Order: sequence, then structure tokens, then C-alpha cells
Amino acid sequence: MNEDVRTGFEAFQPETFAFDEQSEAEIEKILRKYPPGRQASAVLPLLYLVQNQMARQTGSGWVPRAAMDVVAKRLEMPPIRVYEVATFYTMFQLRPVGRFHLQVCTTTPCWLRGSDKVVAACKQEAGIRGFGETSADGLFTLSEVECLGACVNAPVLQINNDLYEDLDAERTIALLQAFRRGEPPPPGSTIGRIGSAPEGGPMTLISEIEPPPAPGAE
Amino acid sequence: MLSDKDRIFTNLYGLHDWRLKGARARGDWDGTAAILARGRDAIIAEVKASGLRGRGGAGFPTGVKWSFMPKTSDGRPHYLVVNADESEPGTCKDRDILRHDPHKLIEGCLIASFAMGAHVAYIYVRGEFYNEAQRLEAAIAEAYEAGLIGRNACGSGWDFDLYVHRGAGAYICGEETGLLESLEGKKGMPRLKPPFPAAVGLYGCPTTVNNVESIAVVPTILRRGAAWFSSLGRPNNTGTKIFCISGHVNKPCNVEEELGIPLRELIERYAGGVRGGWDNLLAVIPGGSSVPLIPREICDTVLMDFDSLREVKSGLGTAAVIVMDKSTDLIRAIARLSRFYKHESCGQCTPCREGTGWLMRMMDRFVVGDAEVEEIDALEDVSRLIEGHTICALGDAAAWPVQGLVRHFRPLLEERIAQYKRAAMPRAAE
Amino acid sequence: MPKVTIDGTVVEVPAGSSVLQACELAGKEIPRFCYHDRLSVAGNCRMCLVEVEKNPKPVASCAFPVADGMVVWTDSPMVRRGRRGALEFLLINHPLDCPICDQGGECDLQDESMAYGLDRSRFREQKRAVRDKYFGPLIKTVMTRCIHCTRCIRFAQEIAGVPELGATGRGENMEVTNYIERMLTSELSGNIIDLCPVGALTSKPYAFVARSWELVKTDSIDVLDAVGCNIRIDSRGPEVLRIVPRLHEDVNEEWLGDKSRFALDGLRRRRLDRPWVKRGGKLEEASWQEAFTAIADRLGRLNGARIGAVAGDLADAESMLALKHLMQQLGSNNLDCRQLGEKFDASRRDFYLFNTTIAGIEDADALLLIGTNPRREAPVLNARIRKRWLAGNFPVAAIGEPAELTYAVEWLGNSPQVLAQLLAEAHPFLKRLQAAERPMLILGQGALARADGAAMLAAAWELARKAGLLRPEWHGFNVLHAAAARVGALDLGFLPGEGGKSLDAMLDDGVDALWLLGADEFPIERIGPRTFVIYQGHHGDRGASRADVILPGAAYTEKHGTYVNTEGRVQRGALAVYPPGDAREDWKILRAFSAVMGKPLPYDDLESLRAKLEAENPIFGRIDECPRRGCADLSGPKGDAQALTDAPFVSPISDYYRTDPISRASPTMALCQEALRANMPIAAE
Repeated sequence: MNEDVRTGFEAFQPETFAFDEQSEAEIEKILRKYPPGRQASAVLPLLYLVQNQMARQTGSGWVPRAAMDVVAKRLEMPPIRVYEVATFYTMFQLRPVGRFHLQVCTTTPCWLRGSDKVVAACKQEAGIRGFGETSADGLFTLSEVECLGACVNAPVLQINNDLYEDLDAERTIALLQAFRRGEPPPPGSTIGRIGSAPEGGPMTLISEIEPPPAPGAE
Repeated sequence: MLSDKDRIFTNLYGLHDWRLKGARARGDWDGTAAILARGRDAIIAEVKASGLRGRGGAGFPTGVKWSFMPKTSDGRPHYLVVNADESEPGTCKDRDILRHDPHKLIEGCLIASFAMGAHVAYIYVRGEFYNEAQRLEAAIAEAYEAGLIGRNACGSGWDFDLYVHRGAGAYICGEETGLLESLEGKKGMPRLKPPFPAAVGLYGCPTTVNNVESIAVVPTILRRGAAWFSSLGRPNNTGTKIFCISGHVNKPCNVEEELGIPLRELIERYAGGVRGGWDNLLAVIPGGSSVPLIPREICDTVLMDFDSLREVKSGLGTAAVIVMDKSTDLIRAIARLSRFYKHESCGQCTPCREGTGWLMRMMDRFVVGDAEVEEIDALEDVSRLIEGHTICALGDAAAWPVQGLVRHFRPLLEERIAQYKRAAMPRAAE
Repeated sequence: MPKVTIDGTVVEVPAGSSVLQACELAGKEIPRFCYHDRLSVAGNCRMCLVEVEKNPKPVASCAFPVADGMVVWTDSPMVRRGRRGALEFLLINHPLDCPICDQGGECDLQDESMAYGLDRSRFREQKRAVRDKYFGPLIKTVMTRCIHCTRCIRFAQEIAGVPELGATGRGENMEVTNYIERMLTSELSGNIIDLCPVGALTSKPYAFVARSWELVKTDSIDVLDAVGCNIRIDSRGPEVLRIVPRLHEDVNEEWLGDKSRFALDGLRRRRLDRPWVKRGGKLEEASWQEAFTAIADRLGRLNGARIGAVAGDLADAESMLALKHLMQQLGSNNLDCRQLGEKFDASRRDFYLFNTTIAGIEDADALLLIGTNPRREAPVLNARIRKRWLAGNFPVAAIGEPAELTYAVEWLGNSPQVLAQLLAEAHPFLKRLQAAERPMLILGQGALARADGAAMLAAAWELARKAGLLRPEWHGFNVLHAAAARVGALDLGFLPGEGGKSLDAMLDDGVDALWLLGADEFPIERIGPRTFVIYQGHHGDRGASRADVILPGAAYTEKHGTYVNTEGRVQRGALAVYPPGDAREDWKILRAFSAVMGKPLPYDDLESLRAKLEAENPIFGRIDECPRRGCADLSGPKGDAQALTDAPFVSPISDYYRTDPISRASPTMALCQEALRANMPIAAE
């Protein structure tokens, strides 16, 4: 049915999905976290496993519908409950994405510090016109995301699981080029800041560290 | 000004070893068994006496919240669930605790769980904090290894298991019952209250949901005493708080300070001041995106605590200070927040599902001025029809930024409309 | 009980009530879209807001528990503003397509707009459009109209037990869907049309057929299974356009099976609308006079012992009695209603009734199913079992063909030998039955319609006796019928009389003439080649195909008739439209024919016929009475409980959608069958 445009039945959907050995080992560990009969709690972790396994196997981390059915069966949930979850949470990709998923935060704190330029730089360097698109070489997919929780290091760009912070247009382009070369830099600030400390070094926590007094000492 | 010796998060910036060894050197896990030995009632009493108010935004007294849990189990297990779904725009404090001071959180989990009769706790970490969750998992593994948690935690006789559960991209899971739904494997749709989680929470069992920072400060409060904690800050607004200062400042940063510090001092002392100087300040959102903005005049004098900010019709929220200088298109800044709330509405209840989209579309028109002046009142009215009519507080959160804008910057909205009309009819006016 | 003050009036309400329920007790109408008293509380529409003293915000009354001393205002400015707001929000993205919406005229949103709507819109943005979904041949979706109340989702999950609907996405992009676009696999799916407060889910076959205010509404009884669901027949002129359920708490609550709701297009097809007489081996159209003469000629020459009559599954009690009387006049004792060869013992009513009663299922605390698939045979009754199961502490076990019944069932095996083991106290489930306070068993037609059916009946009763199902105040022995006519037939003795032949004996030329009153379900091919067959009925189905004379009768929507459901509840259906063409109400046909034979039956109108019916069996005078039963006389039905074979059980209903002449003539039911087949690959995954 290649003319089928229903969600979950598009031409790119694989017919089947099966967890590989690595994922199976993870599943066992995950299920131990939740009380008996509450295995539905594992639905987010298992959908992550699907996405990771797809990334491992195909270079594109996404969740095919067939995999949702497998997760439903494994967790003894009606499939619709898994479809609901997979479509509710934005971190599950329901269609194939590029090897490097560029997730630009454009929420106000990042926007105030120039996220528009980061977006433009991503588009320019990847050759992408808009959000949701994948670059011709299949390397980059650009997504707009909401606040990533690193606002004092704005603007930020998440690439797969890693956050890159304190960006501007030039550094964004350099970053993408590094990824393309297969030399991704370590995540974090791109201007050498230490965590969330102000640029130029911390203003607090600079005295010698002493353990606080023991109970009753004060 | 808070001195370093009174700072709780001594590894806020990750300058030191986050591992157990480093944490111990900074005083964590010191005498934990003795703290537990004081007993549940004493621990809760101490936390109450400290005046600690929840650090997740609502500011509800933590000790009081704990005391809502049943004193004895009716056969159902009790749960502590830690809310590490930090997603409020402007806020990035829990991230630092997770990655740089995870043992403070873990120790806090043990103490809080013990105080509430819980043998199991879950830490719900937002999905995007992948590396932070990994770090936390590693720290938990260390704690198990060292016998600090697990069976007979710290030799206290209390069995305690702690698990990390990752979210997957949904702001609404920061709402405590949305979080519980999500943890149960469902969409993060907030529950109707009553019943409250202390009666019917995770898996239908008594549950308390606390913010990361609220739990992570507990061990220090118990070690140094409620009197020490309550001596910091101001009455009813005690203790220290991690402030996140973002936006148009010279040096954005996180910093732990006393509650009640003047906003201006906070910005100028720690964040290098407003870009272009204090006089270049336009407005500040003082407590994360949900709270109404305050204009420069209020910023001059306002103190950063729950009660002071409420007095100026804003709120401390998560203490995420978003600074906007005069170059800011304020309407666009708020419109972007309206887009955020529209994107994050779970869709469950009518006013929020339909209203957030309506607000966003109106705001988008106000950005260009494509509106009638009377629509400013309509915008305000729609926001008030959302506020207070929804299942959870997301509706309120979506309404407040818009209300703040109308309250303080109505002339700006009017001017934008006039501009648009002028541009649309340049010839007609001649 | 807490006392609550509602708009100044003090009412006492049961503890645990919601504020909404308290308001209703106080006579206050609370508008609602998502709340439904048979579904879990969702609290999402925000239409039922009320003001509760000391609460700064309006509260959703459906989800807010009452407390003693609570003071509630249902019409304060705060309340009106909240409801107006909720309604405005619902309307901004709701299309203004009422003129082309099938819900128009019976739409909750329309109604509430009259009360709380604004006369103009201040919404200047683009309205949302949502892609329609495919839920199968029965339910039409116009999802742009959906107001996300989630009633359909909750119905599928909770009542139907088929969790196939959900809401995907989030925020304003949330969509009610089954995602995979397959037919809903529930026999109760049509109820979501009734539940949908707007025109998002409407009846596909009824699309654009009529406006609600054009319809004549007739209260009646469904006959497509033996539950006796209360229905309303909506007609316009000569046509039945719609059938919907009517509330009866003890029978169908407010639900109806899809077949009973949607098979109505079968009422217009393959109808027998004039008499036919076979001449020279070919059926030819005839007048009533010609048909009657043809029959009279043949029957007049026969000995009564060579004439037989069979009553079908949809027959009303009145026509069955008239046929019985006619046969008596002809000197025949050859009567039968057991088309499947069921082995009943009609000597006592409780040997063939669903004695626990349908509502009584809710009081039971253990259940054994024997040779029955209640989901297919009586979906609404099955929903009651599920309801009981959901309440907890309700072990259900079954002997028979394993099937998904929408509740947890312990399948003990598909052999009567399991029953034998239970009787021999060699099976653990016996203990569970014995330990229960109000245990019940249900014996299906799949158990009775077989060679060892009498043994099955006796064994099941013996088990009931042994396991404590039969008590002075509790009757846990139940027969689940599949045919609407059957209990009535047994109640009026439509069975072989003294020396009379059973259906089996009448076949293979066991009689010379056979009068079939809508009888289509027995093996027609076994009618002997020399047997003269009179088919009286409404559809050109199996029976008519073998007829020598066809007498066109009335379908259940076209006659006043009495039916007795599987519980033994006597109910009356009503004429909604007239039978087509020359077709007539069945008892009148029989009465007219008796006059042709020179011995008119002694009733000229329905009332006097019904008086005879009551004289035959007084229960026919007790309309809609179905008291809870106990069992004082433990002696059992005829049959040797030891004579059980080991042949596996087979359900008499293999295809829910096509069980009778009406549903077999229904194109909609055919579509359902096809769509269900298309579902199979997914179901097998």
C-alpha cells in the first residue's frame, strides 16, 4: 500500500520490528525498576530503546509504528495507549531523521540571546530550508524545540543527546562542520565557560572548601 | 550577601569532583544514619521549622507537604517522587544539581523518603537531560555500592531503593500529577484534584512529589539546623535559593543567594549587570516564564522572594530571572512564551487546549500590530477565561505573561497597532 | 449522609456523591459534555463548573466530592462566566456547519449554545481542521467537530472493553483516533454515536438521511437477540430510518448492539410484500385469496397428524399462539420452536430462563460459562458481565471455545468432560463456586443444541445444586437464549403436544405439510421432497426459498407484538411503520386463514388475542415484571447427567453480524463482516 498516507502506515514504515540482544538486556534491567503489574511504566524507556536501536541499526533514531506494537505487546498494553504516548512526547521521532538531529531552542531566553542566528546558521550549513527537513546528505535534521533547560548558557543547540551552549552563528557553523567531519567536540559551552558560572569565572564558591560544621556544633 | 560558607550547593559549577569521594569531602553523607535516627517526626518538624518552601515554583512549605502523608501505611507502599522535569523557560538550576551535586539529591531522597515512610523513590528527569541522567545514575550506583542506599541504607535499618526515570519531552510532566501519570506510562495529563497525591498518588499509593532543589537542601538543613537555614533570607521566605539569570545581562549565570536579595543587586553583582547598563533595562521576568513580567521601575527596588514578588503581582516561581533590555521587542518575547504554552498544553481540558492557541494567534497578530485596539481587552479577557478554569496550573501560566504585558505595556501594544495601520494605509492618509 | 446547600436549598446526598450529582438531586440541571454517569469522570470539558463557597475558583462539579455543610451556587456570576468561557473555547474551533450536520437538532453543543453562547464571535483566527478517521462501516467521523470530551474513548475502554480509541498528539493538535484506521472490533460500537455530544461521530448508514425533527418516534423492543433491548424506532412515512436504544436499567441500561441498531437496512431488502404460490414448480405472485385457497386445498385433505408447524426466532407471542390454535383446529400436535434442536425441559420456567436476571449479574460473585459466547450471542448482556467483572472479585471460568470476551476468563477446556469433572468434584473451580455467596452459571445454546443437550442441561443443574447456585433467595442457574422468540414460545407451549412430532421428526417427510412461521434457521434442506411448505414471514430467506406458498408477514418494526426475553421478562414491541405492500401483521394472517378453513379463531382484535395469551400463561399479563428469583425446588430437569459426550462445543453464532433474515438482508451488516475480515491481519500480529 504505497499510496497509504495514514500515520503509521507511510511508505517509509518497516513492516516489522524486533528488539536486538542489546536492547533485550536493557529491557530486563528497566522492568526491574517498577513494581509487578506496573510494567506500563516502562513505556517511555522502551520507546527510547527502540529509537536508540534504530539509530544503531539504520543511523536514524526514530520509532516505527511496528515497534510501538512490539512495545505494546511486551508491556501488555493496548497498542493505542502506546500510540498515544509516542505521539504525546516530542522526543520520539515518528519518521526517520538525519544522523545528527539538530534541536534548536528558540524559546524566549534563547531567543533573547540570538537563537534566530543559530537557526539561520543551521539552515545555511546543512542546506535546509525549514524545520523538520533533513539535509540532502542525510546527516542533519533540523527541529525547533522548546526550552532545553540551559538558559544561562543560551543560545543552546542539542545534537542528539548533547547540549552545545553559548552559541553564535560562526560557532554553530563550525560545530556542524565538525560533526560532518566526524569530529564532534565535547558537549557544553562553546566559549569555554565552566558550567553555569559567569563568563570569566565564578564570582562565588571561590573560598577554600570546608566541610560544614557537624550537627550540634553551632 | 551570602558567604561561601553558607552556600549549600558548593559544587554548583562543577569545579570539584561530583563523585561520592568529592561529595563526602564537601560534607555530604556525613552522619546520615544519625539524622535518620532522630525519627520521622523530628525530621519533618525540623524541615517545617526551617521554613523551607518548595523550590519548584509554587512555594508550598515542604515540611507541611510531607506531613500530609499518612503516618502509618494502610498496606499500600508510600512513594517519594522527585520532580527533575526542569522545563520552565529561564530555569536551569536543577540541571546543575543533577550533574554537579547529585549526592546531595540522593541523600535528600533517602532522608525525605524515610521521613515519609517510603522505601522507594523515583527521580523523574526531563528527557533532554540525557547526560545529567547518566551522571545521576552513576552517582546512585556509587551510593548503592557504598551501602548508603539499598538494603539497610547507611546502616539505619531502613531499606531504600532509588530509581531514575526519564521523561521524553513534555513540559506538562513538571506538573506533579502529570508527572505521576507519565511515570505510570501514560500521557502526562494532570489529574483531577482531589484526591491529592498524598492520598492517591503513584500507582494509587500515597505519594509526595518534590522539586530537586527542595530535596537536595534537606540534608544540609538537618545537619546545620533549622535555625541556621531560617536565619537566612527573610521571614516566611527563608534560606538560600539558586537563581538563574538569563537574557540581556553581561554575564548570564546561576548563583546561590539568600532569598530576599534585591533584584538589582542580584543582576549587577553576579551577572555583570544589564547589557548597556541598568538604565537600558526594559523589563524582567523574575521567576520563570510563567510569572508576569515587571517593568524597570519595579525592578529598581523589588526583593527576590515569594512575598515581595507577589506584592508586585508577579512571583518568585523558580527564581529564573529573564532580563530584557530596551532593544527587546517585548511583544515578540511574550508571544514566544504564548507559543511555548500552546505547544506544551496537554490538550486535556477545554480552556487550556483551545485558549492557549487562541492567545498565541492573537499575540502573533499583536507582534505585527494586525489588531484592533479593542482586542487588547479581548486578549486580556481570554487570558482570564483560561486562568482559574483549568485542571492544572498550566492555564494560569499561559495567562500570566500576557496579563503582565497588558498591565505594564498597553501603550506599546497600542502603538504597534497604530504603526501597522499607518503602514497599511500610507496613501489613504494623504 | 452529608447535607449540602445548593442555591439555598438543603439536600441530603449519599456520601461519596459528586457535587454534580448533588445538584441533580436538588433539581438543578448542570450542563456537561464530558461527564456521563456510566463512564469514568474525565472533568475535561469544564462546562459543569459551579461555585463552592470558600473556593476562590469555580470547580468542576462532576469531579468534586461533596462534603457535609458544603454551600454550592449553580448560577452565580462566577459560574455563568466560567461556563460561557468554556463554551466559547469549544466553539472557536468548532465548525459552523450545523445545517449540514447530522447531529443538528439533537446536539448538546447546539443546546448549550442557546443557554451560554454569545451572539457573535470575537475569534478572528483560522479555525482548526482535523482529518477524518476511519472507524469502520458504522461510524462516520467528522473530526473537525470533535470537542475532545473523550466519552467515546472511555466507552471503548470501559464499557465495551475494547481499548482501541485514544487521543494522540497533544494540546490543540490532540486527535481522537484509533490510529491504525481499522473498524472498531466491538459489537457495541454504535453506542459512541449516542455518546458523542456533537456531530463528530454519527451513524454512517444514516448520514444525511433525515433531520431528527422529521422523525416519528416509536418505543419498541429489539428482537435480533434474546436480551430484549428497549429501543426507539425512528421512522418517516413508510420507512424505518433509525433505531436507537431506550433506557431500561434492568435490561440494556442505555446500550444497544450494533446488529440491533444497524441491521435496519435489511428491513427494506428481500422483503416478501405479496403472497406467492408455486405453480408448476415455480413461485408466482398471487392474491391473498389464491394463496389461502391453495393452502386450504392441501391442508383440507390431510390428517392433522401429518401437518406440522415451526415457529421462528423472531416470532411474536401473539402469532405463535394463533398458529398453535390453528394447528389445534387442524388436529395437529406437531409444534416446535427449537430450530437448532435445543434440548429444553419446559416443565418448569426456571429450567429455561436466565434466572439470575441481567441486573442480577451485578450481584453475583462467581461465574461459570458453559457452551456460550455471550459477546456474540448477547453483547449487551456481555457488557453487564464486564461491568460486574470491572467491579472486582468476580472469577469467571468457561467451558467452551476460547474467545476474547472483554474480561478475564479462565478457560477450563472445550469439552463437556470438564463439566463431568466439576460434577465429580475433581476440578478446582468447583471450590470457587462453592466459596462464592452468589455464584452463577450460564448455559448457552451451544451446550443445549447438541445430541447430548439434555445431559448437559441435567448436568448443569446438578452442578448448580451441588455448588450452591440454587438457594431460596438466589437463583444462579441461567440459560442464555439467542432467539427473541424462544422463551415466549416455551412459555406458551409451542412444543410437540401429546404424541406430537418434534422438528426433527417432521423433517424428511415426517409430515406432509409444514407451516413455517418465520423459521429459517433449521436445516431447510432436510424438509422432505413431498412436504408441502407454507412460509409465513417477512424475508425471502432460507425458508421462503423452499416454500410452496408464501404468506407475507410483518417484521418486528411493523407489528404490535409481545416478546419474552431470556430472563423471562415480557415486553411489548410496537408498530412503527406498516408492513410493505400486501404484507400483514402475522396474527391477522392466521386469523384470516382460519376463517377460510371455516373455523375462525376466536379473536377479532389484538386485545382479545392478548387475553387468550394471558389465559394460556398468566405471565403474559405481567408486562416488564421480572422479579429476582430464588430456587426452592432443587429437583432437576429431565436428562441423564452422566450421558455427557466429549464432543467440543460449537457456538451457534459464528458471525455476529448475520444471524437472522433481517441482518442477512442488510448491506450494512455485510460491510461489517467484510471490514472485520480486513482487520484480521492486524489482529493476528
